[in-house]
Order: sequence, then structure tokens, then C-alpha cells
Amino acid sequence: MNAITPSAGLAQAAFVSSGAETLLRALREQGVEVIFGYPGGAVLPIYDALFQQTAIRHVLVRHEQAAVHAAEGYARSTGRVGVVLVTSGPGATNAVTGLLDALMDSVPVVCLTGQVPTHLIGNDAFQEADTTGITRPVTKHNYLVKHSRDLARTVHDAFYVARSGRPGPVVVDLPKDILIAPAPYEAAGTRPHRSYRPVTQPDPAAIRAAVRALKAARRPVVYAGGGVINAGPEASRLLGELVRLGDLPCTNTLMGLGAFPSSDPHFIGMLGMHGTYEANLAMHDCDVMLNIGARFDDRVTGRLNAFSPDSFKIHADIDPSNINKNVAVDVPIVGDAALTLRALIEAWHAEPARQDGAALQAWWKTIAGWRSIDSLRFTQSADTDAIIKPQYAVQRLAQLCAQTGRDTFITTEVGQHQMWAAQHFPFERPNRWMTSGGLGTMGYGLPAGMGVQVAHPDALVIDIAGEASILMNIQEMGTLAQYRLPVKVFVLNNEYMGMVRQWQELLHGSRYSESYSAALPDFVKLAESFHATGLRARNYGELDGVIRAMLDTPGPVIADIAVDQAENVYPMIPSGAAHNEMILGAEHAGRAASITDEGLMLV
Amino acid sequence: MPSEVDGTASRAVADSARTATISVLVDNESGVLARVIGLFSGRGYNIDSLTVAPVDDDGGRSRINVVTSGTEMVIDQIKAQLGRLVPVHRVADLTQQGPHVAREMALVKVVAGGENRSESLRIAESFRARVVDTTTGSFVFELTGAADKIDAFIELMRPIGLAEVSRTGIAAIARGAATI
Repeated sequence: MNAITPSAGLAQAAFVSSGAETLLRALREQGVEVIFGYPGGAVLPIYDALFQQTAIRHVLVRHEQAAVHAAEGYARSTGRVGVVLVTSGPGATNAVTGLLDALMDSVPVVCLTGQVPTHLIGNDAFQEADTTGITRPVTKHNYLVKHSRDLARTVHDAFYVARSGRPGPVVVDLPKDILIAPAPYEAAGTRPHRSYRPVTQPDPAAIRAAVRALKAARRPVVYAGGGVINAGPEASRLLGELVRLGDLPCTNTLMGLGAFPSSDPHFIGMLGMHGTYEANLAMHDCDVMLNIGARFDDRVTGRLNAFSPDSFKIHADIDPSNINKNVAVDVPIVGDAALTLRALIEAWHAEPARQDGAALQAWWKTIAGWRSIDSLRFTQSADTDAIIKPQYAVQRLAQLCAQTGRDTFITTEVGQHQMWAAQHFPFERPNRWMTSGGLGTMGYGLPAGMGVQVAHPDALVIDIAGEASILMNIQEMGTLAQYRLPVKVFVLNNEYMGMVRQWQELLHGSRYSESYSAALPDFVKLAESFHATGLRARNYGELDGVIRAMLDTPGPVIADIAVDQAENVYPMIPSGAAHNEMILGAEHAGRAASITDEGLMLV
Repeated sequence: MPSEVDGTASRAVADSARTATISVLVDNESGVLARVIGLFSGRGYNIDSLTVAPVDDDGGRSRINVVTSGTEMVIDQIKAQLGRLVPVHRVADLTQQGPHVAREMALVKVVAGGENRSESLRIAESFRARVVDTTTGSFVFELTGAADKIDAFIELMRPIGLAEVSRTGIAAIARGAATI
């Protein structure tokens, strides 16, 4: 740690570092290796301090929103806290979307924002914004550092809050004078936080009640979400152990994909609006449900009063406010997912009751019947000139990625391509799937992929994108070029904001109001202008070659895949419908009658 | 929440709304009140009354008393949402926890002459309200008590010459030796 150079004005500060240096020292103590940021007037002292050290790397993004998404990608693929640095005013307001994205998806991020000097706060100074006011509803917590003596402690607090309990984004607003004035260093304390101490150890009585119910179940289901992934890889391993121990069907939420291996026969697919037939019907018809680390989101439950009407519900969550928020449950368990799963497994062994094997067999048989409908089925013509089905493009991408044997991380933008990626790209391990679930932020995937690639330089990182979403943060191609980050952007190009078009087709009489992607750029030339490789597949015959070329290219790539414009994402539970009112696609037209007999309603 | 493990109770709860007096002990840091109010407005909860003031010797912690209403599920949500705010130390539902005292102070200005002037004094006396300001044509009464007592006082003053009301909102505390 360099003490600042003594000068006439700061003679007394000779042995105390400046605020900016104290800040960096605190970041180093927190284990920060990389910051995603963009400079500006208010944060110049931090950039000056960064310039004079090498321990912390800075990745210069092209837009502050992308800095937050990159930090999210970094955090979600590593389990560590992502760090963002932006300037005051527009720097901070541009970060707002990313912060809310991180809040909704429980991603640990610390965002350092510059602020005008304390004596100018409230004066409508140049690039002044009420950052703590603006970010209060989009962060887990935020701080304005008003005194140099509070700086180091506040930074340590921010990291503690970001990663503890249900993780989330934390803003630390730093007035410029605080960054320049001497600020004493203080190491991160070991004392417990004065007020924020989330419960992580589950209540044993609740665990016993849960295990008794699960063992007595005739039609059990495990519904696991992003909380399992947030609790670390050990939680995913324990989830697998519990599911196999009880021979339980397991479904994952969009956020939970990878928490349970998709190749395991106990996996019944993703649930929810575009989940599989078997997952949604298993949720609807189950008699005991174990929700671990998921939050009964409306995209999962469909119409609430018809959601899993007859089941006994166990809900394990680190955030007490998630319990009984949307769905009233019978056994609430507040705790960390890994600790909860371990306790459930121990109680399972200790609990003398045995499962009703015959009932469980019958339940698995019912599920096999639903599974045989193959609700994700699509038909790809194998003619060389045939139009590419988007589902096939994803499936083929997954197969060719697997052939490389490389550790593969997938990010997405938001829309149809996101759902096809979730349905057709199999995940075997946690932290390999980064998508904007809660907020549904178009423009998430490219910067998130950037963050993933920074954390995993040798891994294969692919942003499965749509041609509309990708344009929302396309400027980050510049960041990829600057840092030689070989992210592959796989654009399913149907020349529509596909999900908007799908809803307009189904619910608004096919009036495609403003959903056509007019005046698209030439993605090949676009890639080339950003020093990347551009590839294009126009038909079935070209697809494999393009995917292979993309995977073989050492640098960043945009692969523009022209896909069927008319394709919709199925199955689909329309907004406001129940799980057993799922729409299946044209592939299943012949089955509509028999499905109706089972209580399905085609809308 | 964790104690309620057999839990059918939470589902059986009626949908009818109730009023809850909730006391929240918070770190007295800048923005904490905005955080609490923002939580209520952002999530669409009601605030019937809200008071806040430091309660520690060193001013380190403040107590917020909030009167709200909603179904049992909503009130549980409010408590859980308050509980996860970082600067919150304790959340106590005084209504649910048992007997408690809830008091409010009001300053009530009555502008009246003649018969009404002496009538207002008679009413004030029966409510044990104090006269804290007087002119030849007006009184300001100071009154402390439960919110419904203050409501009743105001209603009685209305036809006599009620001119202005300033109320503090309630301060509340549990009866007995237990503390927050």
C-alpha cells in the first residue's frame, strides 16, 4: 500500500492513504480481482489509483448497464461477488437496469458509483443524481459515504450484505472529496453485523415435518430453483443425493437449470410457462411438493388459485419474505439451501417411516405417460435448402459443443431464443447457465457472457441471442475485441421480436404491431467491423458448418442463423391459465382431443 | 415463521383484513425512513399512521411505529419484508403479540365565541385535554390518548368551531415486562 505523497496541503495525511487508495485496499481484502467499469469525472481519483497498481484488473465496458450484467455473469459463473465501478449521474442511472436485474435474480454485485463532492450534494451540480434515492428500490441495500472514517467499513459491509442471505446488488455512492481526502483503513471485522444476520440453519422440527410428508407422499415432486445454485455447487450435489434417495421426480425453474443434471432420469424438465408437459402436470397433480430455493414466481405458477391445488407444500428459502408471499405453504423452512438439503438427507435416514413403493411406481408410470407426449418435439426437414428450426439450431449447438469436450457456459438474451435455449440445451452442472429470469432484460446475454469469459478465460462461452435483443448491448463487441474475449454470439435470427410476435399471434389477432425487426444490420459485417468473425447460416445444409467454424474460431464470433420466422415456443401456459391448461404446438395437433379429455383446454 | 411447522394454520387463516400496529427498531442511518416508506408504497401496502424518533441514548437506533391493515398473509408479508431490510434490528407485531398501549397526541384548534367557547372548554375538560394556547377567539387543545379517543374529541369539536388539527400518529409499546 502506497501512502500518498506528502504535500503542503496534505502534510498531515502523509501516513494515511487517500480515499481512493483505501477503497482499493478494501476491495483487495475482499478478494476482488476484476472490476467492470466506465470512468467519468467523479471517479477519476479511483481510476488514478487503479492506474498505479496491478492487483485489481479493470475491464472497460462500453455502457454502464453492460458493466453490471458483466459483473452478474462473473458472479453467477463463479459464486463470487461481481464488482462494478461507474461515475456519478448518467453513469449511475445507466446502471439501474442491471442493478434491478441482479436484485430480481439474487446475484451478488457491489456497484461503486461516483458522486459529486459532499458540499455540492443537493445543488443540482454537473452530473449529480440522487443515486441512493434512485437505486433504493433496485438494490438490496445502498450506502452514501459521507465521512472518510466510514469508507473502509462501508465497503466491507457492502460485500457482506451482497453475498449473505439471499444475495443481491449493493450500491456504494462515493462523493469525490471522500475519494481524495485521506481515509483511515479498517480491516473487515469478524464481529457479526449489527442488524443484518440472515438465518441459514434450518429449524430441525420443520425438517422432520418435511421428511415425514415426503416419505408419506404418493405423488411427490421436487421443484428446485436458483437458490440451490446460489448456495454453491455442494447444494446441487446434495439435491441430486436427496432426489435419488427418495426416487423423486425433480423439476427446475429457469433460474435453477443445472442445479440437477438434465441427463438424470429423475429430471422431468423445466416447469412453468414454457416448461415441459410432464413437469407442469406433475406440479399440478402432485400430493407433496418440496420447493427448494424457488419463489413461486407467476411464470411458474400460472393462475394462482389453480396452482397445484391438492398438494401439501414444503417451501425452503433463505428469504423469509418469499414464504407465503404468493402461495400459502404447509411447512416453511427458512435456511440456506445446502444446509437445508443436508439436514433433509440426514432426517431422511433417521426417519423410520418408509415410502409407499407401489404408489411411487404408479406415479412414475403416470409421469412416463406425460413424458411420452414429448412436448418439446419439433420437426426439422433434412433437405439442404430447408429452413432451420430454431429448436434444432440450439440442439445442434449443444451437441457440437459437447463434442468439443470443453467446459461450456451459456448466456442468453430475452425472448423466444431464451426459452428454446432453456428447453433444448441440456445442463449437467450448476453455474453454467446465465439468463435474465426475473427482470427479463433484453441485452443481458452479451455483457453477461463477457463477464463469464473474464472469469473463465479458457472456457467456451456462448450467448444464445435473438436478432432484436442483441442490438440492445451490441456495443460490447468493442469490449470483446479490446480484451480478446472469445465469446460466441449465436443469433437465432427470425427477423421478429419473436416473443412479442408470438403473443400478438395468440392474443392480439396476429396484428404484428411494431414487432418486425426492420432495417437489420448485416451481422457478418457488423462482427467484422468490431474485429470479430462473422458467420451466416441460411439453411439446414449450412448450419453444422457454421457452428463448427464458430467453435473452432479462437476469437469472438457472431453467427447469424436464419431461422423459421413462424415458429412459436411451445408448450405454453397462457398468462392467467392453470398448469393443466397448457397449449401444445402444431406438432401435437392430432393429440389435442385426448389432451382435452385429460382436462386440457386449448386456448 | 419457523415455529409454525405443522403449518396448516397459515392456510386456514381467514381472508378478512385486520389492523396491525407494528414496531420496528432500526439503525438511525440516513435514508432508513425512505426505505421503510418505499417498501410500503412500492408493494402497495397501507400506512394508516407512521411515527419515527430516535430511542437510544446515543441516537444510534430509532423506533418506527406503523399502523397498517391487510389480510393475515399481507401482514405477514409486511413483517417479513421489513425484517429483511438491512438496517432493521427487530420487527414486532404488537397487535398479534398481545396487550399493548398505543397513544397519540393531537393539537386541536377551535375558533369559537360565546356559548360555543365555553362548550369547547367543557368538552376539553371531560377529555382531559389541556389548553396550550388561547386568544379571545380561539383555543389550542393538547390531547393525548388512544386514536379513537382523539377521533371522538375532534368529532365533538367539529360543530363548535373546529379549525385545524395536527396529530402525531401513534407511539406504541407492549404491556408488561417484555421488550422489543
